[in-house]
Amino acid sequence: MSSAVVERSPERDLAFDMARRSLWVFPAWVVVSGFIWGMGGALSSALGYVLVIGNLAAAAVLMAWGARTSPVALMGATLGGFIVRLAVLAGIVLGASQLSFFEPVPLAITIIASHLGLLAWEIRYVSLRLAAPGLDLQRPGKEQK
Amino acid sequence: MDLLAQADTAVDGLKALGAGLGYGLAAIGPGVGIGLVVGNAITAMARQPESAGMVRTTMFLGIAFTEALALIGFVVFILLNFT
Repeated sequence: MSSAVVERSPERDLAFDMARRSLWVFPAWVVVSGFIWGMGGALSSALGYVLVIGNLAAAAVLMAWGARTSPVALMGATLGGFIVRLAVLAGIVLGASQLSFFEPVPLAITIIASHLGLLAWEIRYVSLRLAAPGLDLQRPGKEQK
Repeated sequence: MDLLAQADTAVDGLKALGAGLGYGLAAIGPGVGIGLVVGNAITAMARQPESAGMVRTTMFLGIAFTEALALIGFVVFILLNFT
């Protein structure tokens, strides 16, 4: 349906943007977790970050495929993908809980904070872009591509 | 002593039950919400195909925010099960 109108995939752009922005904050959070909870905390935070970014990327890929294919595929990919992604997240965490480094508290904090934080960060830019589509969000002095 | 051990086992069992039920129940609301978001987005794209890019952007962010509720349930599941 929408493939004729939208050639590029906004979902992938958003997920890539969020992953790119998180690279600024994530290493610092892993170090902080390492100081507070030790090596297990740092590794659990890293796992939480990978889960959040992987979850967003999987959602983006599924939705982009669904939007390219048909409205029914979009609905199926989004709702089916939601169930499958939740099951995969639970499976990965249950599997990781058997490992020696597993720390539940930093993992939980990382999942919630990074998901909500990245979305809030992204929505600032998206709301600006939607409100003023012609607005150039590059910093002054930065070269245009 | 035996009674205390049995009580501990019962508490662990109830915690696991609560964690599983909580995760499942926490996924119901976001499931309904995501269905509403996608359904309305498809309607919007069918009515105005030229705005599909904007609709899909908004839809993705709406879905991600709705999914945060399920992730909160997931985090409660982790904390109840493993702490």
